[in-house]
Amino acid sequence: MTLLSLNAVRTNIGQYAVLHDVTFDVPEGGVFVLLGRNGAGKTTTLRSVMGLWRPSPGSITFRGQDITAMHTADIARLGIAYVPENMGIFGTLTVDENLILATANGKIDANRLKWVHGLFPALERFRDKQAWSLSGGQKQMLSVARAIIEPRELILIDEPTKGLAPSIVDAMAEAFSEIAQDSTILLVEQNFRFAKSLGRDMAVIDDGRVVHRGTMADFAADKALQDRLLSLSV
Amino acid sequence: MSQLTQTLTRLGGVNLLPVALALVAFVLIGAPSSWVTLTVAGLAMGMMVFLMASGLSLVFGLMDVLNFGHSAFVSFGAFVGATVLAGLSGWLASDSVALETLALVLALLAAILFGLVAGWFFETVIIRPVYRDHLRQILITMGAMIVAEQTILAFWGGSPYTVYRPRFLEGSWIIGDVSIEIYRAFAFLLGLAVFIALYIVLNRTRIGLLVRAGVENREMVEALGFRVDRLFIGVFMVGSALAALGGAMWAGYETLITPSLGGELMIIVFIVVIIGGLGSIEGTLLGAILVGLMSNYLGFLAPKMALASNMILMVAILLWRPNGLRPAVK
Repeated sequence: MTLLSLNAVRTNIGQYAVLHDVTFDVPEGGVFVLLGRNGAGKTTTLRSVMGLWRPSPGSITFRGQDITAMHTADIARLGIAYVPENMGIFGTLTVDENLILATANGKIDANRLKWVHGLFPALERFRDKQAWSLSGGQKQMLSVARAIIEPRELILIDEPTKGLAPSIVDAMAEAFSEIAQDSTILLVEQNFRFAKSLGRDMAVIDDGRVVHRGTMADFAADKALQDRLLSLSV
Repeated sequence: MSQLTQTLTRLGGVNLLPVALALVAFVLIGAPSSWVTLTVAGLAMGMMVFLMASGLSLVFGLMDVLNFGHSAFVSFGAFVGATVLAGLSGWLASDSVALETLALVLALLAAILFGLVAGWFFETVIIRPVYRDHLRQILITMGAMIVAEQTILAFWGGSPYTVYRPRFLEGSWIIGDVSIEIYRAFAFLLGLAVFIALYIVLNRTRIGLLVRAGVENREMVEALGFRVDRLFIGVFMVGSALAALGGAMWAGYETLITPSLGGELMIIVFIVVIIGGLGSIEGTLLGAILVGLMSNYLGFLAPKMALASNMILMVAILLWRPNGLRPAVK
């Protein structure tokens, strides 16, 4: 069943057209990976889904509901969480305050918090620390934790492994696998090894256009296609 | 050197600046009684400026809005408060402290209420169409400031307007050689109470958490499901009400006011917001106290330097800390 659907989405930033007729469906469950080179339009796609940049023309539907013109806050309340590339944590707030802010009523469910701390133990150790004092990896953990502190149907995650140490990337992959059992993840990633380990379905975006759609297993098996679309040596 | 820095940071860091300034002034002034009088005057002035500046700082921090029209709320607050006191002059002339207190409370409440309503109108009609456009914000809010000043001129006239004060706030307490003006002590205590209330709201409530987060990253707060634009109306209204309260308090301090009162104070208010760090209530308080103390000490030590003192303070602090003393974003 399709959870999120982008239909002929065109997004302009200022006078520049960044997305051109982007169309793809994200099925419910698992990890859907959006691959592409730098500047291909991956981040713009996520921001367009969140309503942070308005597509025009084109439409975006979530569970069949048109969310194209909705306010970002209303989109989030439908059960869509966003982990931006710059992590978007609130540095002057403590780790716990960052998490509290992501709840609908200001209260964190104790069992849910225990589960989140199980995924990211560092956050339990530093729960009273101001977030700016965390390391890059811990900040990324906090950013993801904030997106899952309450159940969400869809989590948009933008390049979570960027600049992280390999051990943290592995921990992140384990966490995402567990998160994907309850939620759908739309993952933007350039680290193909990481993306390959998680993704079930995928699309490649290039120059603001979707140039390939399929399963991750098929794409991972086709080295020539990878080289052509991503210029990657994996 | 780093050990000294660490020790200073443990002791309070930049919060020690007013103490350091007061100690230097104590040495330079020499006479303890004059020093105490000037320090109390500086703290009182700082607290009144804090009332006016805190809203502006939050508004800029939260929505990136440059509101030069903020001075209109200060001026209107002063005139509304003074008018209510003039209307209740019979109560002020009575022998009843209760009636005098009631008149004062009503005058301050009228200023606050005016600030809330005018703030809502100003945000909805003037600010909202120019979000994210600094040039138009400056032009339209400066225009609004001029219109407000002329409106006051039309209603209250151009002659200085006398402000009545309750008698229990007149005069001074004399302790040894030290003279402490009662109104200044009252202004200090009121400012302190407002700061504590703001601090509790910002640090102990969910609304406060949202405001602090919004100052750092408005977009992310929206992506978490909160309408920052609606939050902003509330912050703008409270900021305007605080400015009006500050104006009313300043009116009682000056006792003679003119329509240009707000415009004249705006320079100090902007300096306070800039040196404190945009969007930071603690920074605004720190900046306001520094400005208040500096003005009073230099007014006594080197009167010719008094006008330039705040500019010099701002330049020195910005050279040292370009984002202000206690910036809201780290």
